[in-house]
Amino acid sequence: MATATTYGARAHARAQEGTRAEAMPVVPAADWPAPPCEAGHLVWAETVAGGNYTHRVLARGTELRLTDLHGDACAHLLLYAADRPWERLNVADTVKVQWNAYLGEGQLLLSDQGRVLASLVADTSGHHDALCGTSTLVRNTERYGDGTPQSDSPAGRELFKLAAAKNGLEPRDLPPSLSFFQGVEIRDDGSLDFTGSTGPGGSVTLRAEQDVTVLIANVPHPADPRDDYVSTPLEVLAWRAEATAPGDPLWEATPEGRRAFLNTTEFLAARGLA
Amino acid sequence: MSTTVVPARAAWSAVVRTGETLTITDLHGNQAVDFLVYDAHDTSVRYSAPDTIHAQSGIFLTTGSVLMSNEHTPLMTVTADEVGRHDTVGGACSKESNTLRYGHHTWSQHACVDNFLAEGAKYGLGKRDLVSNINWYMNVPVEKDGTLGIVDGLSAPGLKLTLRAERDVLVLVSNCPQINNPCNGFEPTAVQMTIGVSG
Repeated sequence: MATATTYGARAHARAQEGTRAEAMPVVPAADWPAPPCEAGHLVWAETVAGGNYTHRVLARGTELRLTDLHGDACAHLLLYAADRPWERLNVADTVKVQWNAYLGEGQLLLSDQGRVLASLVADTSGHHDALCGTSTLVRNTERYGDGTPQSDSPAGRELFKLAAAKNGLEPRDLPPSLSFFQGVEIRDDGSLDFTGSTGPGGSVTLRAEQDVTVLIANVPHPADPRDDYVSTPLEVLAWRAEATAPGDPLWEATPEGRRAFLNTTEFLAARGLA
Repeated sequence: MSTTVVPARAAWSAVVRTGETLTITDLHGNQAVDFLVYDAHDTSVRYSAPDTIHAQSGIFLTTGSVLMSNEHTPLMTVTADEVGRHDTVGGACSKESNTLRYGHHTWSQHACVDNFLAEGAKYGLGKRDLVSNINWYMNVPVEKDGTLGIVDGLSAPGLKLTLRAERDVLVLVSNCPQINNPCNGFEPTAVQMTIGVSG
């Protein structure tokens, strides 16, 4: 198609509509082929390429399912209270308050304000990590020859910087992150044991317990021992659901979690938000 | 060489120049020293627990451990340690997390995050500059099932550790005021900070 003229260039651009790529957002999300809920409840449906990132603001009560389609995704995650980013994921409080270093079903992702940002309501993988954070430009350059966003081996932190910037945030707003689908265990002497993936199809579902800004980078785990940069697509689906409420088993599961939910709902009620 | 005694429950900070050492002395034993470190010339480059952990493939700090930044560059190195194991996982106590860990009755108690905020403000640092910190002298084992907790300390009166600055760094310290777990033996006490020339 001729693109030497404005008319030709416009026609050329418009002719691209309808092209399908393996990694892309499906808009509207209701067009997603096999929704895990009523199709009309889907608010976000996307496949994130290996070495890429995405971000979204989710309303309280939204459920977010991440799926490792081919077995080598690693979803690095950061959470902020939407429009109040000074309240954000605190990994240290998350593991300390819940007396557990490992992420799994029933864990709450806590902010630094003694409140819940999201809860982990389903997990078919069990291979996750709250200790190692994500990869950096320096280390990816050492390991793979490059770590810039435009390279074939982008670093998680570089992608987080971009996702953060698109939400008005700066590098100093990036705290330690969590990652899903590539496991790390701790031996008795404190050393790390990288247990990798459980294979294709593993998924985790998070439930937003406040309005949250979600940043996701899909890049290899920093402790992945393979020489090659191996990063396969991540499926991201989100749908409208309900926040955890008093009486739900998750609300009552632990005294620490119950107080975190109480702190959260009192805070939201005082603001007129729940 | 300059030596300062940090009173129980107080904050402290200093710039340590490349090659200088910082020696921390647990004067009375089992006193957690909450610790953050920044590039003195660009505080957006700061201590990263995750980078430190995956760089050394382990969660405990001792002699030889390198404190890495969020850009995976070395900030300080542990050059001597008389205790053997220090914590990278538990982070700082806060009034907010105390309500979760112990109950709302603890709300009036002082906490490390408030020390970090007050001390950091002297350098223009705010809440977003606070991240998972080191807890010198704090003992946090992890069981096979992932259960972790702050348990009785391994330190004793007079035990020291020494750090060497790998670049000009700003160090923020909270001499932990926590009284609801064993990290300070349930009685916060003074610690000593000594900045010296590398030997």
